Amino acid sequence: MDAFQQLLDTFFDWEAMAKVLPSLLTVGLPNTLILATLSGVIGTLLGLVLAVMGISRNRLLRWLARIYTDVFRGVPAVVVILLIGIGLGPIVRELTGSVSPFPLGILALSLMAAAYIGEIFRSGIQSVDKGQLEATRALGFSYGASMRLVVVPQGIRRVLPALVNQFISLIKDSSLVYFLGLLASEREIFRIGNDAAANTGNLSPLIAAALLYLCLTIPLTHLVNYIDHRMRVGRPEKHAASGGTPPMPDAPHLNVTSDGVTP
Amino acid sequence: MTDSTSTSVSLTAKNLHLSFGHNHVLRGIDLHVEKGTTASVIGPSGSGKSTLLRVMNRLIEPDQGDILIDGRSILTDDPNTLRQRIGMVFQQFNLFPHKTAVENVSLALRKLKGLSRDEAQALALEHLDRVGLAHKADARPGNLSGGQQQRVAIARALAMSPDVMFFDEATSSLDPELVKGILSLMADLATSGMTMVVVTHEMGFARNVSDTVIFMDGGVVVESGPPAQLFDTPQSPRLRSFLSDVL
Repeated sequence: MDAFQQLLDTFFDWEAMAKVLPSLLTVGLPNTLILATLSGVIGTLLGLVLAVMGISRNRLLRWLARIYTDVFRGVPAVVVILLIGIGLGPIVRELTGSVSPFPLGILALSLMAAAYIGEIFRSGIQSVDKGQLEATRALGFSYGASMRLVVVPQGIRRVLPALVNQFISLIKDSSLVYFLGLLASEREIFRIGNDAAANTGNLSPLIAAALLYLCLTIPLTHLVNYIDHRMRVGRPEKHAASGGTPPMPDAPHLNVTSDGVTP
Repeated sequence: MTDSTSTSVSLTAKNLHLSFGHNHVLRGIDLHVEKGTTASVIGPSGSGKSTLLRVMNRLIEPDQGDILIDGRSILTDDPNTLRQRIGMVFQQFNLFPHKTAVENVSLALRKLKGLSRDEAQALALEHLDRVGLAHKADARPGNLSGGQQQRVAIARALAMSPDVMFFDEATSSLDPELVKGILSLMADLATSGMTMVVVTHEMGFARNVSDTVIFMDGGVVVESGPPAQLFDTPQSPRLRSFLSDVL
């Protein structure tokens, strides 16, 4: 057997891949998506709170947001996951009787994501021209309503690509919860690939896991590019509800169905 | 422009003072704009003209002094309710870029005046039509020229049926060929009996349209009066030197 054949067998043993595929799709994929999505949602909500604290006129709130962000961005993800997953485990067990570290994995991922997402939101909100707040207030809106209706929506829109990038990171980082020792039904994509690789002494199941990650992340990176492009070029004009308005001749029309990037 | 809910009012400022730290921006401003008239505020850059507008609608609270509408102090009014009565148009238009022209105009109608979506839409279209932009109702600001954006901004302010209109260098960032259209729109509004305070570098407008001209320099009103008086027989050396620079 030559070296090339040996490499093929180690990494691309189709039989080994086919064998692991069902559990990758039925157990690993849902668990990875649950971990990434839930921590993405919780992280976004917490991040919004952090961003609002970070631009607050109250110095204490700004400091709290700053310290939180510095700590959770500055510590390696695996350290946070282990500290929270293992450190809080006994407390959760006492309160709920559950021994599953899965929710604590979500919590750890959420807390870390919040630090990054908070900074994304803050920079987005602060990049909105101050004339926007002034014009909204001049119409008679309160500070809070102006932020809610005009400033924050623009800030969020501007950072949508960065948010999707953050979600891509979460999909990948969700593999780190494997350090917590998950139950068989809780294993995510990496853990299933890794277990199969360890059992067979062949790396092909890990390649299958990697390919599954790419199936999730590559479309998302294209989504980022698409959003980015649309924000720079402008979205297709909506026609008037009355139907009486002709299409704007000077509006750039974006043919979203034929340029191949529509998800 | 006839609008049943809009009433013409007089506007008075008394001894307005404002400092940012050690920077004394307004040093005791007194002015009076008669009901239904237009006052143009002229003066060199940094003289406090734009700040004066923002103090008079309380986007910035004055350190000292009083502001009266129809003789009644408005300093204790709810500032948000007060600002609904004072329309403001900005040098940089400040349209909401994520909303269409008609949404820019209808937002405050829905959220502040409590109109339904359809009512607000109809009223907003009416006001866009008045500034000649009904056909651009669904365009976003980024797809409009500067002059068109400023027209939408004027429609947005007028849709609230304000009692007073403030213009803060409304034509200063427009291409020269678009200035005239906006100035004539403002002149029409003045003729219709709106009380207006216009901060401007357009001396033609100040002279021909306004009833009063107020010359500010260094945070004080140096001279004010009818346009003919200020432009033809300026009394103070500062106004004389300003006019010789700009005319």
